[in-house]
Formats: sequence, structure tokens, C-alpha cells
Amino acid sequence: MATNSKDMKNSKDIKSIIGELSKVDYLADESIASVVYLADKLQKPVLIEGPAGTGKTQLAKSVAEMNKSKLIRLQCYEGLDEAKALYEWNYKKQLLRIQSSGEQDWAEMEEDIFAEQFLLSRPLLEAIRSEEDTVLLIDEVDRVEVETEVLLLEVLSDYQVSIPELGTIEGTNFPLVFLTSNNTRELSEALKRRCLYLYIDYPSLEREKEIVLAKVPDIEDSLADQVARVVRSIRQLELKKPPSVSETLDWAKTLLILGVKSIDEEVATSTANILLKYRTDIEKVQKEFAGQDLNEL
Amino acid sequence: MPNTNSSTSPNAIPSPNPALNSDLGLLNLLSGFVEELRSAGLPVSLTENLDAVNAVNHIPITERAIFKAALSTSLVKSKAHQKTFDTAFEVYFSLRGKQWAVEEWGQQLEEITDAEITAELMEALADGDESKIRELARMAVQQFANMAPGRPVGGTYYLFRTLRGINMEALQEGLLQQAYDNSSNEFSDLEERLVKDEIEIQLENLRQEIESEIRRRLVADRGAQAVAKTVRKALPEDIDFMHASREEMDALKKAVAPLSRKLAARLAQKRRRKNRGPLDFRKTIRHSLSYGGVPAEPKFKSPKPYKPEIVVLADISGSVAAFARFTLHLVYSLNAYFTKIRSFVFIDEVDEVTQFFETEEEFSGAIHRVNTEADVIWVDGHSDYGHVLESFWQKYKKAITPKTSLLVLGDARNNYHASASWVLKQAHHQARKVYWLNPEPKSYWDTGDSIIGDYMPYLDGLFEVRNLRQLAKFVENL
Repeated sequence: MATNSKDMKNSKDIKSIIGELSKVDYLADESIASVVYLADKLQKPVLIEGPAGTGKTQLAKSVAEMNKSKLIRLQCYEGLDEAKALYEWNYKKQLLRIQSSGEQDWAEMEEDIFAEQFLLSRPLLEAIRSEEDTVLLIDEVDRVEVETEVLLLEVLSDYQVSIPELGTIEGTNFPLVFLTSNNTRELSEALKRRCLYLYIDYPSLEREKEIVLAKVPDIEDSLADQVARVVRSIRQLELKKPPSVSETLDWAKTLLILGVKSIDEEVATSTANILLKYRTDIEKVQKEFAGQDLNEL
Repeated sequence: MPNTNSSTSPNAIPSPNPALNSDLGLLNLLSGFVEELRSAGLPVSLTENLDAVNAVNHIPITERAIFKAALSTSLVKSKAHQKTFDTAFEVYFSLRGKQWAVEEWGQQLEEITDAEITAELMEALADGDESKIRELARMAVQQFANMAPGRPVGGTYYLFRTLRGINMEALQEGLLQQAYDNSSNEFSDLEERLVKDEIEIQLENLRQEIESEIRRRLVADRGAQAVAKTVRKALPEDIDFMHASREEMDALKKAVAPLSRKLAARLAQKRRRKNRGPLDFRKTIRHSLSYGGVPAEPKFKSPKPYKPEIVVLADISGSVAAFARFTLHLVYSLNAYFTKIRSFVFIDEVDEVTQFFETEEEFSGAIHRVNTEADVIWVDGHSDYGHVLESFWQKYKKAITPKTSLLVLGDARNNYHASASWVLKQAHHQARKVYWLNPEPKSYWDTGDSIIGDYMPYLDGLFEVRNLRQLAKFVENL
């Protein structure tokens, strides 16, 4: 591990990022690798969107593993606030301090209780103050309200946090930041402007097959190929929820456990419930694969 | 495929034009490109523009895929805008690089015959050899399209000629046959389906390859700016309902579901924020007892969320059918925000279709039943708003209550029948609100057989709704 992390990263080009990510079992294509590379070069956060289960969160985790950095994760939810995302004053400790001080001068004490030692770092502050290399993952950022989004802006664009009692804390380190969104609402322009944008779609046939081969050990090449082909075919249909990559993997594992050598209609229809989570979707696929209504739909 | 063999010096721009071999040249090119993106409706800000320039400085620009990824990640911030970006990128950058230059125009190739091109294409498609397919697509365009510099013909004409020359049906059959022959045993139904799917995708790729080759040649002839203007793709939310092509229709259908999800999220948020009603005097006094009679803590009524009852009356005759479909889709996907939705469709007779939407689980199924089962023809199947309104009033008058918001969807092109606007006058008295959504541009209203003016006095709102953007805005404020 190099002590000067910047030098280590500089030596990486896009091709080697693909290679190194595949070593930690993440199969990136050229555009994913380019964005990871540029995020580091331009020191900009990356906003990742795409259907559920295509490896958005996994990308951040894998990049952390690749760079041997610490991963700090902020899971977003409705009602997330400053105290949970940025920092909080440890008021219990402050109270103790006040009680134990006795007859101390108030002005002096005020200065004392708003000192670093009473500050609780939350993920965002922790990430920019961290001494080691850090990957900051802000997961499902679309879950927070528009107002809360604003909290992120200062951190994302300047890597600093302003605390009224302490002043501005500037980052010692530029973390690589990944934000993921399931696109349940439109994120604000201000946030998007500050980020690089990456859309991770369902993988291509070849990539999906590689993913199956990498993640499901012992699977035969021909079965993996068939799995990827059937899944792609299913994704072409108009479904409520098309199968995600993780569901493809579950399916492949199931087939392996069942000892299936090659997929036919019967296998496909009887195990469709692993790929699909809606009754109407399952029915539609079963109907399709039974060879009926091929031309009607 | 990106050019991987040539030099990867970051500053060398592979271009036949020496003036572009400088950073300034690249900057100019980029700013032209950004200009084009903005004209196509993408909101590219100044910072994003700078980011793009910075990004390009960090990558080997001779690698096209990486170059494209770098521009795309810094300039495009929404999946819906990607297609527009792709098209513009192709127009602006497809000629950069020596090996991409267009050397010859429409002479027929001598060393190869039409049939040989098709045969070779079949082979390349079967092998999945991308570079070979690309090369053959270029040859096919040269052979069949008969392109010449300065010809004032659109790209679709050339595309049609090339596809006819290649004979796509024969290719499809040939590929299928080949798959049969290669397989050792009989195809199962599933296998057959997969193979058919794959052939379809391959042919679609070939089509796109040909399309981009034609575009490249057009750019070489006319310049990037001129071509960009003609191939500019509208964003899904800006596509005009009444003039959408089939491809655009698909884009619209895909855009409706996420749009409705976003609308629902926004409506939910709006509801939550308005959780403070007027002062609740009784509660405040009751609460003041615990403070010794001092009303220290005022209490407020929490207002009941207002849920309108919606009655949709939609014209589904040919020209405006798409508009009705998308409006119904949006209204039904937001049904949690309305107490009740009743829908009626008409051409020159009106029929209730509420039950289709209630019984069918999927929207497309319901629409299918509306189109096939609803009884909407009275005489000749030409819109007759007058008769429809009278008949609606006669049969379904009770549907309109003081809680109802009535939405009429249609272009009010009445084929010179009577308007029967008295019905709307009555409805206006009886209903909470009456709105009319017209998919025609405002400037066309009251021209020809459009009689929207007759109804106007009895409407609480008349809106021009030509695209998803306007539709979403209306539904949100409902």
C-alpha cells in the first residue's frame, strides 16, 4: 500500500481500473470505469442512477475495496437531518462539563463546551475529516426531502462543513463520493450540477453472463449463457418489475441447486417466481414461454 | 469501435482539418456541441460545460467510447436526455479521425455485387463480428443509397433505399434458418423464442449502424450544424402527442410511469406540508386548563386532505387518441389522490369505461378493452361533440355532483355539427369545476371546424396540453 495515495491513483488509467475492479468481483464497462477515473481526477462526486439491483451501491463498495480505502456510508431516509448527517453536539457531555465546573466564569465555559471534544461527527463530517483515503457513499439520496438535499451541497462542492460555533471545518482529504438514487423523484438541479452523472442500466448479454460466471461458482458456461439470454428476453416484455441482476444471480443459483443442465420451458415457468415478484408478471412470462400468444402481444 | 491503435497522445485531435489540431479547436468544437445540446432542450449550465472541458483534458480523446463517456457524464444529468445527447454526439464527432473520413460518394462498388453484400452481412451477423458489420454497413450505404453531395434529400430516404437494397426480410429468414441448421437437436419453444429475439436485436443494431453511416455522410456534406438541426430529437416530455412517430410513442409510454411516480411523490409532499389548518378554538381552551386557564399552546385544526372526484370525458377518435391515453394513464396512476374516478370515452357516441380500469390489473389491458369493447360509434365514427354531450347528459347526468371535477379531453373539432354547449353550462352549475384540455396548439383553436370557443364561457379552465410536461403541470395542480 502506498503512503502517498494520490500518486498511487495517478498511475491508474481507465483500462487498469476495469482490471482492478474485476479483481474485486465488479465487472465494469468502459463508461463506468471512465466515470470512476474522472471522479478522482476532477474531485467531483458521482451521482449514480439506474434500475434497482444493477449494482449501484456495489460500485461504491467495490471502488473502496479497490483503493483499499475506508467506506463511510450514509443511508438516506425521509426525515434525515443535520444531526444525523453532518454533526451533533454531545449535549450530555456538555451538561456534565457544566455541572462539574462549579463556579467557573460563563464566558469561559461557553467557549469550552463548544470545543472539538464535544462534537460528534456524523458520516459527512467524518468523511471529509478522515485521515485515511475514504469513499463516501450516500445511498438512496432521492429519499430525503428537497430541503435536506441542500445540506449536502456544501460538502459536495467544497468539501467543507460550516459549524456556527466552531467556524468552517475544511476537509483534510478529498473523499471519493458516490450518491445513488432510485429516481423516485427528480433531484434538484443544484445537486445534479455538482455531480458527475452515471446511469447504470441492465448489463448487456455478455456482461451479465460474465457476472453470473463470476458470482456463481461452479456454474457451467452453457447454463450461464442460457440464463443471461432468458433474462434478457424477459426484460424485453412490458413488466411491472423486470428482473434485476441480483435476481438473475438468485435464479442461477437455484438452477444450480436443482441440478438443471439446460433450461427448457418447464424449468423456466416453474422457477419464474424467483426472477419476478408480481403475480401478473409471472403469469405473463409463463404465458409467453408456453409458446402461446407469441404474436398477439 | 474506438480507434485503439493510433497514438494516444492526449492533445492530438485526430482530424482531417489541421486547424482543429489545437486546444482552441477542440474548445470551439465543444462549445458548438454544447450549444446544440441546449437548442435540443438539455439544461447544460456553465459549470457543467467547464466540467466537460476539464474531463476531456484528463482522458485520451482518441478513444471514442471514453471520450463520449467523459462528455456524457459531465453534460447529461438525466436518463431521459441520453438519446438526445447520443444523436448530437454522433453528428458532431463522427467525422473526427482519419479513418472515419468519407472518401467516396455514391459510386457503385465494382468489386462486389448486391447479393454478395447481403451474404457477407449474414455471415458477419451470425458471427457477431461488430467491426465487420460496421464495414459492411458502410459498403451497403455506398452501394444502395445513391448519396451524392448537395442532394436536397432527407436521411430517411437514403435509409429506405439501403434497407430495401439489403433485403432485411431475407436476412432475418436466413439467420433463423442458419440457427436451425446449426442446432444439433430440435428447437424447444423457448429456444426458438430466444433465437428470434436475438436476431431482432441484431437487425436493429444493423439498422442503427446504417442510420449512423448515412448521418455521417450527411454531416460530411452539409456540416454538423445543419444536420444536427434536422435530426434533433425532442425530449420525451416535449414530444407532441398529436404528431408522435411510433418510436416517439414508445418513448412516451416509457416516460409516463416514472413521471406518474414522481408526481405522486410531489403530491404527497405537498399534502404533508399543508398540515396546519385554522385555529381550533375548542381544543385550545380545553388545553389551556393544564396551564391554569392560560391559552399558552394554541391548537390548530388539521385540515382533511381535499380529494377531488374526477370525471374524465375523453375523445378517442384517431387524431387525439394518444392524448386521451396518456391523460387517462396519469389520472389512474394517481388514483390514491382522488376519491373516485369515472371515465367516459366517445367519438360520436359516449360510453362509460370505468369498469375496465377497475377490473383490469394492468393499464395497457384496460386501454386495449377500451379500444375494442367501448361502444363509441353512433352514425359514422366522426367526432360529434354536440351529440355526445347531449347523450352524456341524458345517461350519466348523475355522475356530476358538487364534488366533481369534470375533465373534457379533446380538440373540439366537431365536423360542423351542433355544439350543444348548454350541456356544459348545466354541468358548470352542477360540478365543482369544469376543465377542458385541448391537445391542439392555441393558434389552431377556433379555426376550421374547431368550436372550442363555444364551450369556453362555461369552463373554469381551458388548457393547451400538447406534451407530457404540460400534462404533468395540469394534473399536479388539480
